[in-house]
Formats: sequence, structure tokens, C-alpha cells
Amino acid sequence: MDWLTRLLAFLSNAIVNIGAWLQSVLMGWGLPEPTALLVVRAVGALVVGFFPLIVVIFLIWAYRKIAARIQGRLGPNSSGTWAGPWGILQTFADAIKMIVKEDIRPQGIDLIPYNLAPMLVVFASVMLWAVIPFGPGGSLIGTDLNIGIFYILAFSSAALFVFLMAGWSSNNKYATVGAFRAVAQLVGYEIPQLLAVLTVVAVAGTMKMQGIVGAQNVIFLVAMPLTAFIFYVASLAEINARPFELLEAESELVCGYFIEYSGMKFGMFYLAEFMNSVAVAAIFTTLFLGGWRGPWVDQAPILGTLWFFIKMGLVILAWMFIQITLPRLRIDQMLNFNWKFLTPLAIVNLCVTVLVNKGITEAFPGGAPVWTRAGILLLSNVLTVLAVWGVSALGRRREERRAWRAVQTAELEVTV
Amino acid sequence: MTITLSHVLFVLFGLMVLGGAIAVVTVRNLFHAALWLMLVFFGMAGLYVLLEAPFFAAAQLFIYMGAIGILIIFAIMLTRAFMRQPMPRANEQWWLAALLAAVLLGVLIFLILQVGLGEVVRAQPVPEHTLQVLGVTLVDPEGYALAFEVASVLLVMALIGAVTIVRER
Repeated sequence: MDWLTRLLAFLSNAIVNIGAWLQSVLMGWGLPEPTALLVVRAVGALVVGFFPLIVVIFLIWAYRKIAARIQGRLGPNSSGTWAGPWGILQTFADAIKMIVKEDIRPQGIDLIPYNLAPMLVVFASVMLWAVIPFGPGGSLIGTDLNIGIFYILAFSSAALFVFLMAGWSSNNKYATVGAFRAVAQLVGYEIPQLLAVLTVVAVAGTMKMQGIVGAQNVIFLVAMPLTAFIFYVASLAEINARPFELLEAESELVCGYFIEYSGMKFGMFYLAEFMNSVAVAAIFTTLFLGGWRGPWVDQAPILGTLWFFIKMGLVILAWMFIQITLPRLRIDQMLNFNWKFLTPLAIVNLCVTVLVNKGITEAFPGGAPVWTRAGILLLSNVLTVLAVWGVSALGRRREERRAWRAVQTAELEVTV
Repeated sequence: MTITLSHVLFVLFGLMVLGGAIAVVTVRNLFHAALWLMLVFFGMAGLYVLLEAPFFAAAQLFIYMGAIGILIIFAIMLTRAFMRQPMPRANEQWWLAALLAAVLLGVLIFLILQVGLGEVVRAQPVPEHTLQVLGVTLVDPEGYALAFEVASVLLVMALIGAVTIVRER
């Protein structure tokens, strides 16, 4: 059974071992060590870059299937043309169709920005994956930057101008309106998202992705549910998921900023949107669900990757259910919700959490017990929610009283 | 001197910044000028990475490309003359801008000569925890606490001003 134990030992840390094996093979061919390392790193970068594309292909199929079942349809299937069991190959067929489609250039477009936009939007989505920790250690993460999470925020923010580029260069009024909406929504919801991330960073004490995972002896979803809620809602708006699907709102804007794109260029916008959804799920998993942490990770690091994907899958499923079942908000509701509710809530939450966390650190000079810290943070969260609920209930009552008084005065004037 | 990867990258990012900057002031289409400006911002972020200042690189992307760049494009799109293409390359105040640019260039050259080129080129060791050092200096009374607070007061004033302007009366 010697080979079995060796196989298990290899598999228990498969990804790192494959890298080491590749490096030894390359060095066996006579490559010097730095070159071999460079090649292995390049292969790793390719894998990380292509991984979201592969995931997205199956995710689109899963999304269509789940959406269809919820809406009482069959979804992709093999009843007409054969597309694999349960229509699993449907997305491949769609992709091939998009690639072979004629490249249509509408009149009056601004050619270079028009063609550059789909590339840049995919580029920005792929770049996010560089700092996602798929497992323990330094090998299962693209690069563990010491600004980790800030890098992600920076890239998703820097990519905003691409929407304007696509919308404006299309020479279409719906596209331009869609681009304006995109920027109004995405810039706005960046603020609560940033504040929620800042809360996490303050409690974890680091911006490194592996450091944030390491700080979660109690997962932050339990310790800071309010922060998780703010981050999740803001992220839904950032990835343009359905209560916030105002950017492409079919019934109002036809398709939003990428209305004039067809074929694979349209496909790239579609792809980037799905890739961002997966990336947000991965970021949520890392920030609030403890990333790769789980039982037996110390013995077999590959399990960490498995836990990561299971948690990420659950987050994606939650996103799908919200996206499929909720109707779309109006634009004023979307803006009011952000600026009058979510952003103030995020600011209050940041102040309370940071103060409470500092208080715990001061109160326990030898380091607070893990569950004590989590419990106190959770309690402060609950109190914040109650306080916010109380304040908004008071405000609502005052509004109602004012409206009632206005009606009374109007009636008086009529009788006089 | 051997040419390393960082030299090549420096030249690439430098070309990106300089080429982009030249394009910003020479293209006739204002929207294209704004897009070229984005390239300049991106190149600057790359230069910060080469200087081992990742926080500044990310802040450059976040603030300049994500906020200021968007603001500039919005401002351009809200100008009525924007749709009349192509625009003249410069307006009648070009000599003033050229004068200011020349003065700035002179000041920069003067400062570099003051320090000495050799001193500038020689690599300074980068502190290990740049992020922590930065954070501490920003709130340290001996460091930049005053500048930091003044900047935040300025931003709050801008916020209040914006709210006052758009408020319904």
C-alpha cells in the first residue's frame, strides 16, 4: 500500500505538488532554477486567469437552469438539438455562436474606444482574481499583496470609466443613459462597500487577504452580521444584480450601455458581468466566511480549496435566488436607499465596531478570548440594528403625523 | 549596468505616461483626451508599483481613475460644445497654460539639481512595513496629522457645499 499513501500525500496538497513536479521536470530538461520557477509561475498565472472563465461557462448554465425551474420552465435541455445531458453544453454552443457571428459596426461609433471597452472590462474582471486566496499558504494565492483587499476595490473602481467609454462611443442615446446610470449606481454603492471592507480591515488588523482569513477564528459573518449585510447589498448593486439591475433594465433602456454590441463583444460584457459575480462571491467568502478555513485543512491543504469553493457556491446560490425572485427598483429608490440608508448605516456601523473592537483590546490586555470578542461584536451589531430601527420608526411616525396634519388643515380650509 | 525587468517596465510605464500626456494635450476630441488621461493615470500607478509603494498605486487607481477621471468625463459630457466635432486644439489662453507648465518644469528641474542627480538615482532602502509606517505618520502629531486633518476638513467643506448647491428650497 506504499503507492496509496504516496498518492494520498500527493493529493492532499495536489496544487502545490503539481507546481513542484512541473518545476522539477523543467529543471530536469536543463533549465536553470529561476527560469523554471518563472515558467511555473507563468503557468500558475494562466490557470488563475482562465479559471474564472471556465467557472463562468458552467455558472451561466446553472443560472439559466435554476432561473428556468423557479419560473416554471425547463431551461436549456436536449429536446431540440442535442446539448449534452440536461443541456450542460448549451453555453459552449452559445459561445461558439457568438464567436462566429458577424462583427457588426453601427454607424457613427467611435471605433477605437468602442472596440477597446469589451477588452478592458474583461481585463479588469480577471485582474481581481490575483489576490483571492484559494487555500492556505503562499502558493494557493496569486500574490498575497499587503494591500490585498484595497487592490480589489481599486481595480473595480478604476474599471468604471469603461462603462462610460462603451456607452458614449456607441453613439446611441440608450447606451449613454445606461452608462450614466451605471456610473451613478456603481460610484454610489462603492461607498458603503468600502466602509464595510474598512470595518473588516479594522477588526482583522490587516489588508492582506490571507491575514483576513487568518483573523477569522470566529467567522466574521457571525461576529459582524451587519457589516456582512452592508457589504452583500452593496456588492449586489456593484455587480448589477436584480434588485439593482438598473444599468440594463430591458423595459427602460433596452440593454443599457452595451446595447450596440453584438457577437463576441456582447459576449465579453456578459462574461465580465458573470465573472464579477463570481469574484464578489469569492471576496465575500474570504472576508466573512473564513475563506478556505474548515476542518482537516492542516492535514490536507487541498481540502481548504474545497471548503472555499463550497462556501463560494453557497454565496453564488444566494445571489442567484435574490436575482431571480426580486423585481427591479426604480432609479430614485435605488439612489435614496444608498444615500439615505445604506451609507449612513455603514458609517455608524464602522464607528461602533471600531470603538467596540478597540475597547475589547484595551479591556483584555492578554488578548481577548476568541468567542468573547465575537460575542461582544455581535451584541454591538444587534444594538446598532435596534437603534437604527428605532430612529427610522420615529422618523416614519413624524412623517405620518405631518401628513395627517396637512390633510386636517386642507379639510378645514375646504369647510371654511 | 545590466538591464533588469524593472528597467524595462520603467521605460514602458514612462512611455505610457509621457505618450499619454502628449496625446491629452494634442488630440482634438475632448473625450479621447480624457481617455488618454486615464492611460497616464494607469502608467503613474505602474511607476508607484516599481517604487514599491503598492498603497499609492492602488490609491492612484482608486481615486484618479475611479473618481477624478469619471468626474472629468462627466464634466466633458455635460458641456454643450462637446458634440461639435472636431474641437480646436487650444483656446486663447494657451500661452498662460504654457507659461505655467514651463514654470513648473523649471521648479522641478531646480529641485532635482538642488538635491543632486546622483542622490536621486541611488536607490533608497524601502521600509519593510510601508503601510504601517504610512498609517502612523498620517496620524502622528510629529508627522502629517495637521495636513491630514486639513485635507479632511477641506473634503467635508466640499461635501457640504455640494449639498447646499443642489438643495431644493
